[in-house]
Formats: sequence, C-alpha cells, structure tokens
Amino acid sequence: MFTTTVTSEQFIQAIIDTVYMVGMSLFVGALIGIPIGILLVVTRPGGVLENKLLYTLLNPVINIIRSLPFIILLVAIIPFTRMIVHTSIGTNAAIVPLILYIAPYIGRLVENSLLEVNPGIMEAAESMGATPFQVIRYFLLPEAVGSLILSLTTATIGLIGATAMAGTVGGGGVGDLAIVYGYQRFDTVVVVATVVILVIFVQGIQSLGNSLARKIRRY
Amino acid sequence: MIELRDVYKTYIRKGISNDAVKGVQLKVDKGDIFGVIGYSGAGKSTLIRLVNYLERPTKGQVFVDGHDLGAYSDKELRAAKKNIGMIFQHFNLLESKKVFDNVAIPLVLLKKNKNEIHQRVMELLEFVGLSDKAGSYPSELSGGQKQRVGIARALASNPSVLLCDEATSALDPQTTRSILQLLKKINAEYHITIMIITHEMSVIQEICNKVAVMEGGRVIEQGSVLEVFGHPQHPTTQNFVSTVIQTSMTSSMQRTLTTDEGSRLYKLEFFGERASEPVLYDLIRSSEVKVNILFANMTEIQDTTLGTMIIQLKGNSEEMDKALAFLKSREIDLEEVGKHVYNNSDQ
Repeated sequence: MFTTTVTSEQFIQAIIDTVYMVGMSLFVGALIGIPIGILLVVTRPGGVLENKLLYTLLNPVINIIRSLPFIILLVAIIPFTRMIVHTSIGTNAAIVPLILYIAPYIGRLVENSLLEVNPGIMEAAESMGATPFQVIRYFLLPEAVGSLILSLTTATIGLIGATAMAGTVGGGGVGDLAIVYGYQRFDTVVVVATVVILVIFVQGIQSLGNSLARKIRRY
Repeated sequence: MIELRDVYKTYIRKGISNDAVKGVQLKVDKGDIFGVIGYSGAGKSTLIRLVNYLERPTKGQVFVDGHDLGAYSDKELRAAKKNIGMIFQHFNLLESKKVFDNVAIPLVLLKKNKNEIHQRVMELLEFVGLSDKAGSYPSELSGGQKQRVGIARALASNPSVLLCDEATSALDPQTTRSILQLLKKINAEYHITIMIITHEMSVIQEICNKVAVMEGGRVIEQGSVLEVFGHPQHPTTQNFVSTVIQTSMTSSMQRTLTTDEGSRLYKLEFFGERASEPVLYDLIRSSEVKVNILFANMTEIQDTTLGTMIIQLKGNSEEMDKALAFLKSREIDLEEVGKHVYNNSDQ
C-alpha cells in the first residue's frame, strides 16, 4: 500500500524545478510588477504624477490579463513563449507565462500596499517640496516595505499554485508530479507526499514573510 | 511675509461644488505668531494648505516673502516650499525610520552631505530636547515627543515660515503647553514667522499676537489678539473668547439678581495699566451711588492684563449719570448690559 513508482530523485528534481520556476518568475515578475504598482498609485487622480491616460490604459490591461485562467494563458501565449525562450516545452517555457501571470498580480498587490501608506506622509512629503521621484524613493516605498513583503509573500504562494499547471508544457515541479504520477496514476503516496511538500512550502514562505514584515515594521 | 489676496478654494465632487474658502484677505507680518481659529469645517485647514500650495487656490493669490506662489513653475514651487516648514496634527512621521532619519529627510532631499546632515540633525534634536531619542522609532515616542520630532523636521531646511496645522489638538493640555512654549522659542530665537490653525482659544491666548476667526470659509474677524479678545464683535468670536475668559456672571447669580429701576448693570473693561488703578475706590469716594461688584475677572494676554468687571450701580439717576461720567473720564470701556451677558449658559 505504501509503495510508489516515483523515486526520491524525482521528488528532489520536482522540488528543485518548483523552486526554480517560482524563484525566477517571482524575481522577474516583481521587477515588472513593482513598477506597475507604483505607476498605478502615482498616476491615479490626485497622485504625485497624475496621468489620466496612462492610468486609464494600465488599469484594463491588468484586469484583462488577470482575468485569464492561468491554464489558458499558458497555452495561449505559446508563440510568444517560443519567441522569448526559443522553446515551448520545459521549465523555462513555463516561466514565461508564469511571469506574465504574476506580474500584473504583483502590480495590484503593490498598488494596495502603497495605497495603505498614510496620506499624511504624502502630504508631509509634498510640504517639503519633494520631487515625485523623491516622494516614491524616500516616503512611499520605505513606509510600505512591511506591507510590500506581505504582498510578495502572497504572490509567491499564488505562484506555487500556478506552477502545478506548468506540467501542461512539461515544466515539471512538485505540482506536476502530483498530477501526472499521483492523480492520473492513482498513486496516493505521491499525492500525499506532494501535498505535504507544498504545505511545508507555503507555511515556510508565509512565516518567513510575516516575520520579515514584522521586523521591518517595528510596530 | 504671508499675504492672501481674495483667495477662494472650491472643491467639486460628483458635480457638487463646495466652497471651502471664500474670499479670504489675510496678512501675516514677519515675526508674527498668527493664529487662525474656527470650528470644524470653517475652512481653516484648507486655508493653511493654500499658504504652501498643498492646495492651489481656485481664485486669488498667495504671496510668501513677496512672491506670488501661483507664478512659480513646479520646480520653483518646490524650492519655495523648502522655505515653509509645516507640522501636522497627527505628526506624519515616517514610522519606518528612526527619529534621526525623520529629521534628516528634508536635508536628504536637499542632497546635503552626511557630516552636514549629522551636525544639523543633532543640533535640531538638541533644540527640541530629544538628543537622546535619535535612535528611537516614532512608535516608541509619546505624542508630545512625536510633535517635537515633527518640529525639528520642519525646521531642518531653515525655513522662514512655520505652518502649524492643529499641531496641539492631539495632545493633552500639559503637553500642549510645552509644545506652545517651544513654538514661542522658535519664533523668538530663529525669528521664524508662525501661522497656527486651531480650534482651541487657549492656544491663541498663549502664544499668538494676531488672530483671525474663520467661519463658513470666511474670515469674520481679525486683528491683534488683545483687540479681538477685548472686543469680540461677532457672536462666534464671543463664543471662542468665552472659552478662555469668563465674561459673565455665574448662572445662580443671574437667577437671583434683582434688578429694578433704581439699579443698572454695567460691564467695565480695563486694559493694561488701567487694570491696576483704584478706579472703583475713586468712584465710590466721588459719588453717592452704591457700587455692587457682581463679577470680576482678569486675564493676561500678550503680557497685557485684560480685566472684565460687571457692577451694579444703585442710586437716583442723577447720581448714576455722574458716576458714569466719572468712569468715562477715566477711560474705562463701559457698556450697559442686561442680566445675561454673552449668554453662554454652558460657561
């Protein structure tokens, strides 16, 4: 009953794949998503760089991408993926749609974090004659760091969920293992083991995020 | 120093326009501690934000140091703002930064070098009495200490004007007093012109030399604090004055006081030196009227004593006229009143 066809090497490879996919897409996704979040906040009406055109353009684009189920996005952008990484299968091929999936999500989360910053701080910044760049650099971001960390934590956990579907393009990873070996071959041991691994992942990341945020917030 | 010329501010939200400030004329001279008092919604917070262009006037002009802020480009305006410090009711400190870094921010924005910043910040913290808190976070400070940090931060760029937006409203009376003393010290030592928005008359009484009373977006009364406290014209002003200076008899006295044709009530006001002259003694000596003191109060404003007294004169009308003539000859402000003077039953 406790036998399984999956070797421990396969498990380790799956964990490495997941960490790689999540890490890469989180990194690039944050690189794109954080500026998007900042743009959403500063270009909105009343923002320090109010820009109606950019704001009204950015908003629906983000909404459209975010409303696509990941599995659809994954398949729909295969030509684009091929263009970027010159292949449409494998872990790298999974990273492209993961980035496209997570960047707008991070953008929204960052937007929320930044909007939480006490408007009084922004007023103080303005009263000091700070330039829009200085407002972002010295007031908005430092005050939101704790909240931004929690946002990125949420995004990371969302990414772990999404990587399970990466198997569709042969991306590998823990989720893929669970579906291909566990679900499709009725291998209960694999299902349980992968679920345990994912639970540990999620718990670990959330705890890390929480403690980092607490440390930075100091209150 | 600061001049508002016929300034209007209108907000339009969901098609409904709301005039927060309506045609305000105001002049704050160099070295003034100018108070603007009003109830919530009077437009005073908007008014002070017009002075450093956190809000742009819908109409009218704002001059600071002789320059029309409306004529400035964005860049020039930012430079001008460095000459106008501001402190806030809720302090608006960066929670993520230590006290030192909070005070340093305006200098960092000015791209000063590290040594210069360190020296200036420590000097400011010394001035506000928080040298030992440089490494603390704002969350570890009391309200009064936070406001001191706010003040140090506002002074960092060496402004010539300091705007205080309800700076003491979130503080207890004792802390309020110490913050006000600090503001007074800033005004005296750094020669910084201060403009204060408040709803507490005691703040005006304690440190301001000039005051404007706002209601419904308009300035309904303005002048020297002594003038306005001594002769409040508008009912709202009278209400504010009565919160710090009692100018009416106790209510039990008002109830039991009997008035008849042979007696009259007068309210007397004494300013400065007059307050220490033996006027009543002389009055009693020089006339046949009976003088009954119903109420007396002395207050100090701007180092000048302001005395208010309500007396009842009894006697025949000829004697009473004589008594009045005597009081007028002594240049006492005199006004015949009914039983209910400034009828604030809550006082």
